[in-house]
Amino acid sequence: MATETSSLKWVVACATHDIDEEDVIRFDHEGASYAVYRIDGGFFASDGWCTHERAHLADGFVVNREIECPLHQGRFDIPSGKPKSPPVCVQLKTHPVRVENGQVMLGVPAQDAS
Amino acid sequence: MRTRPTMVIIGAGQSGARAAHALRDNGWDGGITLLGNECVAPYDRPPLSKAVLLGEKSTTQCALYDEAFYREQRIDLRIDAAVERIDRAARHVVVKGGLTVPYYRLLIATGAAPRKLTAPGSTLTGVHCLRTVADAGQIVEELQPGRQIAIVGAGFIGLEIAATAVARGCEVAVIETAARALMRAVPEVVAGYLVERHRQMGVDIRFAVQVERILGEHRVSGIKLSDGSTLACDCVIAGIGVKPRTELAEAAGIDVADGIAVDDTLRTNDPYIFAAGDVCSFPHRLFRRRIRLECWKNAEDHARIVARNMLDRGETYSEVPWFWSDQYDMTIQIAGMPAFAVTTAVREVGEASRIFFGLDRDGVLVGASGVGRVSEIARDVRIAQELIARRANIDPTLLADRHVKLKPLLAVEAL
Repeated sequence: MATETSSLKWVVACATHDIDEEDVIRFDHEGASYAVYRIDGGFFASDGWCTHERAHLADGFVVNREIECPLHQGRFDIPSGKPKSPPVCVQLKTHPVRVENGQVMLGVPAQDAS
Repeated sequence: MRTRPTMVIIGAGQSGARAAHALRDNGWDGGITLLGNECVAPYDRPPLSKAVLLGEKSTTQCALYDEAFYREQRIDLRIDAAVERIDRAARHVVVKGGLTVPYYRLLIATGAAPRKLTAPGSTLTGVHCLRTVADAGQIVEELQPGRQIAIVGAGFIGLEIAATAVARGCEVAVIETAARALMRAVPEVVAGYLVERHRQMGVDIRFAVQVERILGEHRVSGIKLSDGSTLACDCVIAGIGVKPRTELAEAAGIDVADGIAVDDTLRTNDPYIFAAGDVCSFPHRLFRRRIRLECWKNAEDHARIVARNMLDRGETYSEVPWFWSDQYDMTIQIAGMPAFAVTTAVREVGEASRIFFGLDRDGVLVGASGVGRVSEIARDVRIAQELIARRANIDPTLLADRHVKLKPLLAVEAL
């Protein structure tokens, strides 16, 4: 949930039809990498890199509202980022998402407005 | 005095420790005793041949859980408790020193022991094998830049150590008795692809030769091979397979067939005794035969199921095997049992990334081996894993065509 919307800025990650149902794509923005998911008609986002070793979750497999890492098949709950299956054990950071006019918007940390 | 019923687990490796955890997760409130004999708390073995030998990860960083975990979960972990025997009639195990530990259910997760070299000279200093953190601690010292390392065995462990030793700046030779690498694991075309890469990296791989004698006075100085040649080396590392540790089970009259023979619920012929991980062989519904697996994922999956069955849930095990290896910048991922395939369809998914699909005599997909970049192979191997679970019969020309998406095929195949 986006609790600190004031410190977020909303960026367009992709169009809704860019992601198949039960799938994930990669989105890079300002040096950070994200994974954007589509499950049960809803959209979610998390950090792109697995918390265990260096693998991008967008190369992984979406199954039962979980994302399975492509490297060792550890799993995270997509909506909460909770580790669900070893070897992953560190929480995955999630990011707020909203859909506007067919576009998937990602709430990313706002940069200093200097 | 009556003691609380206790689940006893022999073997504090991946399967044993994970089963202890899963017992608690599944609501077991009685005692849990986890008996290990490596004098170290349970740890993750896969990094030993890679990150640990590279010096990127310490062995303490490989611990599966911290100390607080065992306390909080009320798991009585004993790390210096070699079990001497199982008394099935009395339903207890006898630990070194004479202590008896009664069990409500017993899990044997004793894993496998590496086969040792037997050629003359095998006891010289500098001859190693890799199974434990203690082994890794010794080998990491050996892999100094410029040293000559001889690896015996071109299986996964041997090839992973070869890649690591190259990265450490060693000169590496691999000696294999068989005519090719990875004989038990993958078809020849997959093995050939990997071996080619090792040769490009400067590894001297020799097939169809045996170690006749390990040379040296006190410490290794070379190997005399069966073809009459001599190989100079500073150290020898054997990766020549493992033997399931079935001794306790056999002595107790538990059935053994290339490992402790369990049914598809991982129960032995004694209803109170289960086995899991590398040590057991089990009938696999998909491959219609008894198999025994030596890999992390199987140890993990077995632990989860066996814990539930120790609580009488009666769940059958039919996961599709899945395995990974890292060598150089290549990841190898294997789903199913590629060794059971009779034909192979190759999909080129990237410049240096390939997926080898293995089909059995009936055209059923039984294995998929991906070699290359994770981002190019993982997803297709993962979908293949699902297709294997469905015993899918797929036209090999579709499998070989990189433009054919695999995921839609899943929808066609009923589980």
